[in-house]
Amino acid sequence: MRLHVDWTACDGRGLCAELLPELITEDEWGYPVVRTDEVSPRLEKAAGRAVDRCPALALHLLRR
Amino acid sequence: MTDALWYFGRGTGLVALVLLSVVVALGVGARSGRTAFGLPRFAVNLVHRNAALLAVVFLLGHVVSLYFDPYAQLRLVDLVVPFAGEYRPFWLGLGTLGLDLLLAVVVTSLLRHRIGARAWRAVHWLAYLCWPVALLHGWQTGTDGTTWWLRTVAVLCAALVAAAVAWRLSPGFERFPDRVPRKRPVLEEAR
Repeated sequence: MRLHVDWTACDGRGLCAELLPELITEDEWGYPVVRTDEVSPRLEKAAGRAVDRCPALALHLLRR
Repeated sequence: MTDALWYFGRGTGLVALVLLSVVVALGVGARSGRTAFGLPRFAVNLVHRNAALLAVVFLLGHVVSLYFDPYAQLRLVDLVVPFAGEYRPFWLGLGTLGLDLLLAVVVTSLLRHRIGARAWRAVHWLAYLCWPVALLHGWQTGTDGTTWWLRTVAVLCAALVAAAVAWRLSPGFERFPDRVPRKRPVLEEAR
């Protein structure tokens, strides 16, 4: 699984970086930076929660 | 038993109004994407959602108990179609309208990953109609409508939402000044 940010939808609200600090940091404008290509199985549930809470529906968990 | 349904219906209605006011205030405050009410952003988001779902539970209790209450004499159609009631049809109808609006908002929110952000947001705006409708319904319909404590609670609910709206419209609501200092130490560390 990998995380994908839909940049046309992302508003930089910052919930994903709070919920998933292991995989997502923020750039200096508050937009998410996905730090890794691979979401480990251990973090899939947490990643799914971050995807679910994105207010802009801009974060996606994709099967590679 | 008769009285129990009546009291239960009134109490659940009041709790639902208080919860909805909290939900609206959190929803208004959450818009900035900055931390609000001393909570992290995801916490504001989750309390907003969970309080809304809890309000639905209380509202179902409110509607079901008053439907079975022999004094209120509601028909099934009164629970769905606004302004068709026998007793104070306008003020009762506001409650029905508020229920319909709230169900639309909640169902689209639960399905928002399927219907997409645009449709979800369009329906979510109905919350701004739903809350004042619910407030007026509580203010005018019930046995308690004219009591000092109900009026006090209603005024406090209105003040809470008004404060959230005023904060959102104020120039200090902008999120970016908050963001950059928060992240700067991490960036310097990476350099």
